Amino acid sequence: MATTNPELAAPTTSASRSALREGWKQLRTPLVYLLPALVIMLVVTFYPLAFQVWMSFTDYGVIKEEGKQTLNPFGPGGTTPPNYRPAQFVGLKNYLDIITNNPQFVARLGGNFDFWRLLTFNLWWTFSNVGFHVALGVIIAVLLNVEGLWGRKIYRAIYILPMVLPNIVVATVWRNMFDDQYGSINQLINLFITPFGFDPVQIRWFNQIQDPIPGIGLPLSYYAMLIANIWLGWPFMAIVATGALQSIPKEMYEAASIDGATDLQQFWRITLPLLRPAMVPAAMVGIVTTFNLFHVIYFMSGGGPLGRTEIMVTQAFKLINVNQLYGVAAAFSVIIALVLIPIFLITNKISRATESYDV
Amino acid sequence: MSSVATRSRRTGSTTAGRRLKWWQQLILQAICLFIAATVLFPVLWIVSMSLDPRNISRPTELNLIPPGASLQAYLQVLDRPTANPVTFAELAFNSLRLAGGVSAFALLIGVSAAYAFSRFRFPGRQFMMIAVLAITVLPSVATIAPLFALLNSIRISSTIMSIILVLAGLMLLGLTIFAVAPAVRLGSAGPGNYFFGAIGLTISLGLIYGGLSPARSEVFVLRNSLLGVGIAMVSGALPFAIWNLKGYLDTIPRELEEAAIIDGASPNQVFFQIVLPLATPALAVTGFLGFTSGWTEFFLSWQFLTDPKDFTLAMSLYNMTGQYAGQIPWSRFAAFSILLSLPIAIVYLLLQRYIIGGLTLGGVKG
Repeated sequence: MATTNPELAAPTTSASRSALREGWKQLRTPLVYLLPALVIMLVVTFYPLAFQVWMSFTDYGVIKEEGKQTLNPFGPGGTTPPNYRPAQFVGLKNYLDIITNNPQFVARLGGNFDFWRLLTFNLWWTFSNVGFHVALGVIIAVLLNVEGLWGRKIYRAIYILPMVLPNIVVATVWRNMFDDQYGSINQLINLFITPFGFDPVQIRWFNQIQDPIPGIGLPLSYYAMLIANIWLGWPFMAIVATGALQSIPKEMYEAASIDGATDLQQFWRITLPLLRPAMVPAAMVGIVTTFNLFHVIYFMSGGGPLGRTEIMVTQAFKLINVNQLYGVAAAFSVIIALVLIPIFLITNKISRATESYDV
Repeated sequence: MSSVATRSRRTGSTTAGRRLKWWQQLILQAICLFIAATVLFPVLWIVSMSLDPRNISRPTELNLIPPGASLQAYLQVLDRPTANPVTFAELAFNSLRLAGGVSAFALLIGVSAAYAFSRFRFPGRQFMMIAVLAITVLPSVATIAPLFALLNSIRISSTIMSIILVLAGLMLLGLTIFAVAPAVRLGSAGPGNYFFGAIGLTISLGLIYGGLSPARSEVFVLRNSLLGVGIAMVSGALPFAIWNLKGYLDTIPRELEEAAIIDGASPNQVFFQIVLPLATPALAVTGFLGFTSGWTEFFLSWQFLTDPKDFTLAMSLYNMTGQYAGQIPWSRFAAFSILLSLPIAIVYLLLQRYIIGGLTLGGVKG
């Protein structure tokens, strides 16, 4: 980076004193502006993260089999409570338990845990969703950009609705819509099939264990959540694509059609290549968001059936909320960070977001 | 060339450049209507269910406007949404304090850091920016374990806690007056000053209120309080605010600031009198996004809080969903989720233009 001062490194000569002063002068004003945020982040962000790494090498947490325990060393009157359980160093045990699916450890979590299945599902969940989001977003943006289409403004106003609603509400509403007994999706299906003499169905969207499409090892609840998340995610991509579409000069299409290019050729040769610079960073944002999409999974399927639609973040939450295994959860969170780092680096590289701002 | 292109595009979209054939129009309209139907279906379902007066526990058929539609479910929800003896207003007040406090705090602290990142060149800048950005990528669920453990070990007597809160409130109040009053008296106060003044005043009054309200138990456990949840949320909200604001500040042209510096303005004057007023939309959007994530925050409060008096709207929504709902009629669930999303949805629509610009900013700038 051009702004780091190389002279800072060379000490002891009289010239370097002024260089040091120069460096300090350069640092002084920004430091005043940064200081409040730096102090707060050191205390509430970076210290907990460092503590997390320490926790991940211990068995921090309570062991239910040993009776009621407390993690708090400060009891009434400043004495340590008798049932206080200090954390013990266990080395890499937490990490190994997770990665190798140690049977004893899996049994403690209820028997449905499988790290590699979880990771594979999480990645598949991410890419299948973002693929649909980008494809639908681009197609619908192009559709709404057709000249002479009636009611474009109205459609645009309607299509933004999924973005406007809070995620948590969207997830809970879709959870109820896919309810097997009273959900509107089953009612809607029955509305269409009963006139043709079929019996009303009662699809158990979240509990059916048998895979709906044989050969593809994905439970029905995955498809239900895919539908809900497609509904949730495409409008953002459509908006990004619309913005990019409107900056494509119309002369390009005119020139292409004079040269005899068909509409389809224009779409493949002009529209798509020119949309790419805008869609790739948006897709990266989508990938990170979807990878960590807690609400949809936790509120809709809750990871079921048999933990097969669990993703990393919901599993991490359950390790704490249900199993109270803080040390394991910390190790799990470190693994999440390790999985996210490559994704982050690629995103950063593509969007070049931390690059210096120069006019 | 680009300005010509822009003009022709603008006129082109209002007066149709080429007319569609009737069958093309028909097909496109059919597709658009179908998409609109899929988008609207869940929304209409939830609205019609919220109007259902029959108080039946579960809906058994689809109808747009249920027979005898009324707002009864809304009234019931406002009175007592869950099995816990708390009203909607109490839940909303908790959510409001949490979301408002966290987003205001993050904004206040974040904007100056964002300014430093955006406008100054200094050793270590790149490294610090990457650290901040990396935190925004890390899911906040992945930091629950240490935050829970650390906040859980902070326990003090409630009396001392009240005193600390009141003192902190008074200090902040004094600081706010000290920072804003001179400019107001001189008549040179801009929107930036008022903005900071309002935030400082609200937070300090909130702190004093919190300190003066009677304590619920003898020992104050930081983890088991809205303050603790708020601190845990700042952990993720602050980096997000810094990053988001930095993105906006980067797009503000520097010519004005340079002119001011030539005229002899100090960095502080530039910040308070030029950058902050120009960044008002950015502050509004970042504050709103922070508010939204606080308003709908679930897992931290679910994991930390045990007293129903502290529960938030999002926690109650979970209590009303699916198999956890027990005997709570779905009409109430519907009314509750509408009340929960309405404030967010309205503000989102108002700020839409700025929000969407910001969401795509980090990427499109290349």
